[in-house]
Amino acid sequence: MAMQHVPGVDHGRVILYALSTCGWCARTKQLLADLGVGFSYVYVDLLAGEERDRVVREVERWNPRLSFPTVVIDDAKVIVGFREDEIREAVGA
Amino acid sequence: MMSDEEVDRFARDLALEAEAGGYHTNPDREFTRGLVRGLLANLERYGYISCPCRLAAGNREDDLDIICPCDYRDPDLADYGACYCALYVTADVEAGLSTPDPVPERRPPPAERRRQKEERAAVPGARRYPVWRCRVCGYLCARDEPPEICPICRVSRDRFERFM
Repeated sequence: MAMQHVPGVDHGRVILYALSTCGWCARTKQLLADLGVGFSYVYVDLLAGEERDRVVREVERWNPRLSFPTVVIDDAKVIVGFREDEIREAVGA
Repeated sequence: MMSDEEVDRFARDLALEAEAGGYHTNPDREFTRGLVRGLLANLERYGYISCPCRLAAGNREDDLDIICPCDYRDPDLADYGACYCALYVTADVEAGLSTPDPVPERRPPPAERRRQKEERAAVPGARRYPVWRCRVCGYLCARDEPPEICPICRVSRDRFERFM
């Protein structure tokens, strides 16, 4: 799996589904990094074949519109789009 | 990988074309540069400039609605002051008079897109959209709202009237 991990303070399992070309995805990734939160991210547009299908289905499960960025925290809380306040609140940072 | 000059040239051309048609690109240069980089990356890998903030299928037929400028730009400009990726913004946002709201994804999910495609084939456009007329130059357009600025004579949206 092409998931990259950014080390940081543990605020639960934070996963960022992103596109490598998207400005809002970049801002979301930067925000998580600035907050010092440990998180994993994957650039879905850079995946191919079965791996891509699998990750697409995973994103669709949390966000049926399949839009990016999608942040999933502890397999429970989902934040779609660069919503800074919501992200800050959800990771408690 | 494209050079900075290539990116800046493409961004400048986009901005000029936008202004000529009554549209505006995002004045945040660094942010816009990032989006243009994304457009060019998509041009390179797909052969067309699909939206940098949407997952492209990689075949033109399925991605037609998200080739920049996308089908959703104008309604998003009207409702939120910016398009989905925020490459395009309204005159007020460009001038710094207002900040754009975050734009939720308007593009329907895949199953809904397939249904709409069949509907488009079955129902003529005249029954799906109102027609607006520019009272100054007579320009007609069939869409939910008139454009912010008439692309022909450049008067503002409030100079349009419902024609059909």
